[in-house]
Parts: sequence; C-alpha cells; structure tokens
Amino acid sequence: MREMTSIDPVTLNLWYPIVAIGDTKPDVAGTTMLLEQPIGFAVGVSGRAAAWSARPDLRAGDTVDASSVTGGLPVKTAYGYLWTSLGTPAADIFAIPQYAEPDRRNIAAASIGVNVSAPRAIENFLDMGHFPYVHTGILGIEPHTEVKEYDVEISVDGDEILATRCRFFQPMASTVAQGGADVEYVYRVPHPFCSVLYKSSPLDEKRMDVIAIFLQPMDQEHVRAHMMLSVLDDQNDDTFIRRFQLMIFGQDKPILENQFPKRLPLDPRAETPIRADKSAIAYRRWLSQKGITYGVIPVAA
Amino acid sequence: MSSHPWHPIAASHDLPFRHVFHGQLFGREFAVWRADDGYVNVWENRCLHRGVRLSIGVSDGRELKCQYHGWRYSNRTAGCTYIPAHPADAPARTITNRTFPAEERYGLVWSSLEEAAALPRVAGLDDANLLVLRGMPLNAPAALALAHLADYRFQPNNAIDSKEALVSIEAAEGFSIALRARSGSQETLAVFFVQPVDSSRSVIRGVLDRNAEGMVRNTILRHHNERLSALRDRVEREAAALPAAPPIEPVYESVAPELAEMPSLSASGRRAAITVQVARKWMTANDIAGFELRPIRGLLPTFQPGAHIDVHLPNGQIRQYSITNAPGETDSYTIGVKRERDSKGGSSCLHETVREGDLLAISEPRNNFPLRRDAVKTLFIAGGIGITPLIAMAQALSHMSLLSELHYFAQDETQLAFPERLATLGRALTSHLGLNPQATAAKLAELLVDYRPDMHAYLCGPAPMLEVARRIAAEKGWPDASVHFEYFKNTKAIDDSSSFEIALARSAVTLRVPAGSTILEVMRGNGIDMPSSCEQGACGTCVATVLEGEPDHQDVYLNDAEKRSGTKIMTCVSRACSARLVLDL
Repeated sequence: MREMTSIDPVTLNLWYPIVAIGDTKPDVAGTTMLLEQPIGFAVGVSGRAAAWSARPDLRAGDTVDASSVTGGLPVKTAYGYLWTSLGTPAADIFAIPQYAEPDRRNIAAASIGVNVSAPRAIENFLDMGHFPYVHTGILGIEPHTEVKEYDVEISVDGDEILATRCRFFQPMASTVAQGGADVEYVYRVPHPFCSVLYKSSPLDEKRMDVIAIFLQPMDQEHVRAHMMLSVLDDQNDDTFIRRFQLMIFGQDKPILENQFPKRLPLDPRAETPIRADKSAIAYRRWLSQKGITYGVIPVAA
Repeated sequence: MSSHPWHPIAASHDLPFRHVFHGQLFGREFAVWRADDGYVNVWENRCLHRGVRLSIGVSDGRELKCQYHGWRYSNRTAGCTYIPAHPADAPARTITNRTFPAEERYGLVWSSLEEAAALPRVAGLDDANLLVLRGMPLNAPAALALAHLADYRFQPNNAIDSKEALVSIEAAEGFSIALRARSGSQETLAVFFVQPVDSSRSVIRGVLDRNAEGMVRNTILRHHNERLSALRDRVEREAAALPAAPPIEPVYESVAPELAEMPSLSASGRRAAITVQVARKWMTANDIAGFELRPIRGLLPTFQPGAHIDVHLPNGQIRQYSITNAPGETDSYTIGVKRERDSKGGSSCLHETVREGDLLAISEPRNNFPLRRDAVKTLFIAGGIGITPLIAMAQALSHMSLLSELHYFAQDETQLAFPERLATLGRALTSHLGLNPQATAAKLAELLVDYRPDMHAYLCGPAPMLEVARRIAAEKGWPDASVHFEYFKNTKAIDDSSSFEIALARSAVTLRVPAGSTILEVMRGNGIDMPSSCEQGACGTCVATVLEGEPDHQDVYLNDAEKRSGTKIMTCVSRACSARLVLDL
C-alpha cells in the first residue's frame, strides 16, 4: 500500500469529474477513487446528484435517494459528467461556451483508466508531434512529420494556457476532400488536469469541433481520462464517434504507460524539449508557478 | 575474481535479430539491442525527449527509433540523428542517450552501472566450450539467492543418473559462486552469477564448463532446471517471510543545461578534437581515394547524413570532407578524396603522403547540409566527387524506405566512387556518364521538370553545374527552400576592399573591420570565439544573424531568398554594404 501523499491546496480545491451521467443508474450508488480517497456518488431520477466520502453503509449498487444524502461533498454536473471536490472549490467549472450551441452533438465519449499521472496525460493531449507515429494513418502519417511554429500564451486573467495557430498534416483531412491537408488546432488548458481542443470542422470551415479531456487523478500515477465531444457531425452515430475516440485513446495508452518517471518532471533539465514542445514547456512552468506538487516531480528547491 | 561492478543482464540468445530486450540492474532499466553489425548496445531505457521506454522502440538494425515521436538514436554512440518534428534542423549532436558498458562473454551479456575496467576472466570457463543454463528469475534479493546457491547440489554432465555427487565450493566472490560436482571420474564446474535486478528481484544465470550435444544436453538442462526451480521455490518462500524492501528508485541524470532549451549548434573555432587512424586507404574510383578513419580510443561522435569533418593534414592544411557512411555505421568515418589537378596541397597530400596506419586529427562532424526526411520524394543530384554527402543521404532515405532518386553525373564508369555503397541503392540510382555541359543542362532540365509540393532536391558538385541547376530549378518553379546546395568551394573572387563597423549586440562591443580583414578574423583578434570550418564561404559553419545593416554576401552557402532577406551572414567572407552591421553575437 502506497503511503498517503500530502495534497497541495490548489489540487485539493479543484473540481474533478468522477463519472459520466449517462453511465449511472438512477438512485443507485457507485464508487470510485479521487486523490487516493474512496468516494461514493449517485444521480437521482430528478437529475439531483450527490457525492460523499466512502461510507460502509453505502456500497456500490445500493439504492439511495440522491437528494437525501447529507454531509456529502460538493457536486456539479457539467459537460455530461458529475464533478466533485475534496476541498473548497471555486464557484464555477471553466467554461466551454460552444457546448451550449444548439446545433452541436455533445457526447460524453469515453472514460478510460490509464496508468500514468494526470499531467503526463495532459501533455500527450497537447502534443502534435506524435500523430504520425502513434495515430498512424488517422491524425498523421509519415513523412509529414513537421510541427510548424505555433503560438502559446498564458492568459493572466483567464488563468489558462492557450496554444493557437497549430497546424498539422492529417491524411484524411475531411470527408469531402480527397487526400491529406493541414488541419488547424487550438488548445486550451483551463484547469491543471483538463484540456480543451478545437479542431477545424470538416463540415463547416468557419467553425471548430471541440474535443475535451477531463482527468480524474485516482492517485499520483493513475488516472481515469474522461473524454467529451461537442461536434458538428450529423452523419455518424454516437457509437461510431465513441469507438473512434476509444481507438485514438487506446493508441496513446500504451505509450503513456511506458513513460518514466510516471509523474511529470517540472525541472527543465529532466527531459529534452524541442520547439514543438512549446505548449508543454508553458504547461510545466504554469504548474510550477501554481505550486502544484501532485502528480509531478517539483523542481528541487 | 575480485569484486567488480560487472553483472550479467541478459543471455546472448536474448538478443535475436532486431529485438530490443528490457534488462535491469539495481532498479535501473536498460534497452539492450544488437545492431546488424553485431555491436551490443546497452542504453538507459528512456528516450531523452519524453521519457518513453526505448525497449518498446523499433530497431532497424542501425538505429533505434522511439515509438512516441520517431526520434532516431544511432548504433554505438546513442546520439540522436533525426528529430522528425523539425525536419529542416540537424539535431544538436550532444543529444545523446546514456549508455552503459557492454561485454558479451560466457554466453551472457554483461554491463555495469559505472565505468569499469575490463570484465575479469572467470577461472575454469572457456568461451569456446560451455553450456549456458536458462536464466532463473526469482522474487528474492540477490544475497538470499547467493546464500542458497552455496548449498546447491547437482550432478556432473556425464553422470546425471549416477549416485549423488559431491559438490564443493571452488570460489565465491561478490555476486557469483563457482561449484564443482564430482562423481567417480566425472566432474563439472558450474559458475552461477546472480543478477541483482532490484532490491527484491534477481536472476540466477548459470554456466557449465563443458558443452554437450543432443539428448545428453537436454538431460543436463532438465536436471539443472528442476534443481534450480526447487531452489527458487525455497528462496522465494524465505524471501516472502522477510519484510519487503521498497524497489530501488533510479536517479535519472539531468540533461545538459544547453539542451533544456532547444539550442543552436555551438562548436567553436577550427578545433581538431579527435585523433583517428587511417584503417584503410583504397582507390574507390579513378583519382578518388577512400579513407576509412577509426578512432584511437572511445567512440566517434554521432554524425547525420550531410555532415562533414575538417581533416587537419600533416602539411598543416585543413580540408573539409563529407562523411559517406550509412546510418548506424558508427565504428569509423569513410571519406572520399578526389585528386585535384590544381591541388594546393590538400588532396595531393592525402593521396601521396597519408598511408594506412597514419594518425590524423579531425574535427567533430558538423552538419550544415541537413537532410529533411518529410519529403514525398527527394532528388539527389551529384556531380563527380559531389557524390560524398549525397551518398550518405541517399543511404539514409533508402534505409527508411522513403522515396528518393540519386542522379550521379560523371565522366565514365571508372569515375563512380563507392560502388559498393551505390549498389545498396538499387533502382534509386541512375548514372549519367560522359555528358558535356549542354547535355548536362538538358538532363538537369529533364530531372527538375516535375516539381510538386513537398518535394526536395539536394545538389552537390562543381560550381558551374550547380549554377546551371539553380537557374533551371528556379525556372521550373522550385522554391528556394526546396532546393539545397553544397559547394565544394567558393570560386567567386572575394572583394575585401570595403571597411565597416560591426556591433555585436549580445557582447555589447563595436569593432572595425578594415579592408583586407574578415569579420571572423577581427572577432577572433578580439577574443570572440566563433566556429568556422572552410573559411571560404562554402560550408555554412560561421553563420551569424544580422539584426541591422545590409550584408554584402560573397558566399555560396546561402540561397538567393536567404541573401535577399539580409538576416544571415557568413562571417568568413561576407562584408557590409552599409557602414555598420549589428550582429546577434
């Protein structure tokens, strides 16, 4: 049994997704793990939800009236998921305004366990250079391996990282056009363990599809990754879209699980960045500045 | 055998063709792989970029490719030769993975966590005649396995079914124990090396002093397998009762500070850092001598296709020669030297004076002619001895199965250098023999006719041929950025009559460059070090960034678009049109 870690206050006070609403049964308790704490949750028929530190009297599968649970943890529902916190969280979860646009398909696409720290998973989500090697023939293909110059900023007021002007060659860029072309991406990191990706829509050149990853750190080196899509797709059914996301994430999983150390090293000299890693460098600095120590190897004092 | 830091980490048969084996010693993981030339590489099991295990990477027999971003690391040196995310850049050659010593002996692969003197011999074992037992992994500390091995009982090879043999300890030292079994006139020496994998895991690797064939061999192997399995069960039972030690956390070395940020290459001066021996000298074509240069000690630095070295000649001259090697061919550098009719002493010295066995001083390889590997098709066009950088490039792409064509212009068949290397290119090679300048131009026009986006052309040859090719490429719509030239030398007359001022922005100094002196000379005279190589505006080593002012370009390295932009200058020959240049130095 691993020793209990002390959790830094920033990490403790964040909101975390713990389950897709669609994966719950009305008024039936479920259990999961968050920051090494066993917790329980339930979503009622009315949509009211509750989460609590694990209790011997409420086991997974027990019937419970979610609206009657007292002394529980704070809860919110957002983007198709149930969120909670072990500390004192901010009033709101970060905004994804596109989620509310009426013509979008919003899908809680997948929840998948990965044997890696949350920050390593975020870096992988921000990374384009691996497309030809890990998502071969789908998101990239050799010899089109160049990561072109892009821009990264940390917005002070929004307290988030923004990478813009990202372009990468995709072999089947669109269902209409034949052959490959550069696809444009915008990446946001609005939460230390969540990231939102905007990608040019093959159907509407003026708008972008949204793909988000929300990480639930079970402990420092194990996460559940929850995927959310908000897309302009009126052709494929939900099952197809879910399977596609599972396939992509299934390709990343064995790479992530073979990364060492599993926690993200914040010392700039721990690994060798290249210009393509600008967003990752910004992310590591941002985590350092925030004083996050969970899931990372902080810079030695 | 005294106490030493060597331990077996694998059996030789764990390294079959192109397999990457995951080894471990004291908690530290290794990626272990045998290159096609037989060299056993023992590397830290971690890509320097993002920490992904290299044991899940791909060995192509010459290089190991990381699964995550396709970084390629060279056989022997573990230096990174290519970063696909930035195809136009040559990776800083100091991006080198951590390597560990490797020795193959007694059917085992040995390594050490520290630099170590030679692996000692083990008394009684002869590489030519021994039987390696199957490695027996245990969930127990090495010390416990060693303690139990002292009581290991076994039969001599030819007396497996005889009455129980007498077993005595011949030697016990460090992590090994040698036992001798005697039964009647039969005896066998068994040496057991215990590999400390982690605090509570180990592998018993046994070697018998005599080989055997057929059924006898099977019987011996089965005998030891049964007895060692029983020993493992006893050791593991005892280990389970002990308090478990936490796994050893390996400490990963920090990368060099200059690698923490993506740096520009910074080698300085015209330094001859390496001494090599001429291992072989031969005529590879009419008037072209091949030289195979081997290091006196240690390893040669990692090279990339297109790289050149400075060769410091016995007569004091310095000449640049391209490395012709294929990827992963890292035990020597092979260069080709054409005897020049009007030689100023460089090529004639190499042809006439330098012999096999001689020592030469060379610089580290520099790559000012980097090869992109993200083209849908690559054209290589060589004129005469211009083949040398291009043959290295063509071999690299051919090895990666990327589409390329090598067009080799020469007078006749006897002028084609390195035929053995050319032969590996198969149908990618076309030679164009005996063409006069008009016919050469017509052929170039034919080759360059069909530009498509994501094509690249690399040309090296005599200046007149390159000038014609440059003009034709422009006419056929090739962008400057897609056509890459390397000149042997700068044949333009250098006009050094101007005088001007240079301001070095980072060093905050202003210097006057008088007529007859170069920027490079003036900077060196004022103690400012600057890398250089050919010093005639051909190789690109002494490039500086211009922040202000108008350069007077006199080099043949920068292309027209680069010259027009006015942002780079070759400090060995180029000067200023304006009264003042501000350089980012």
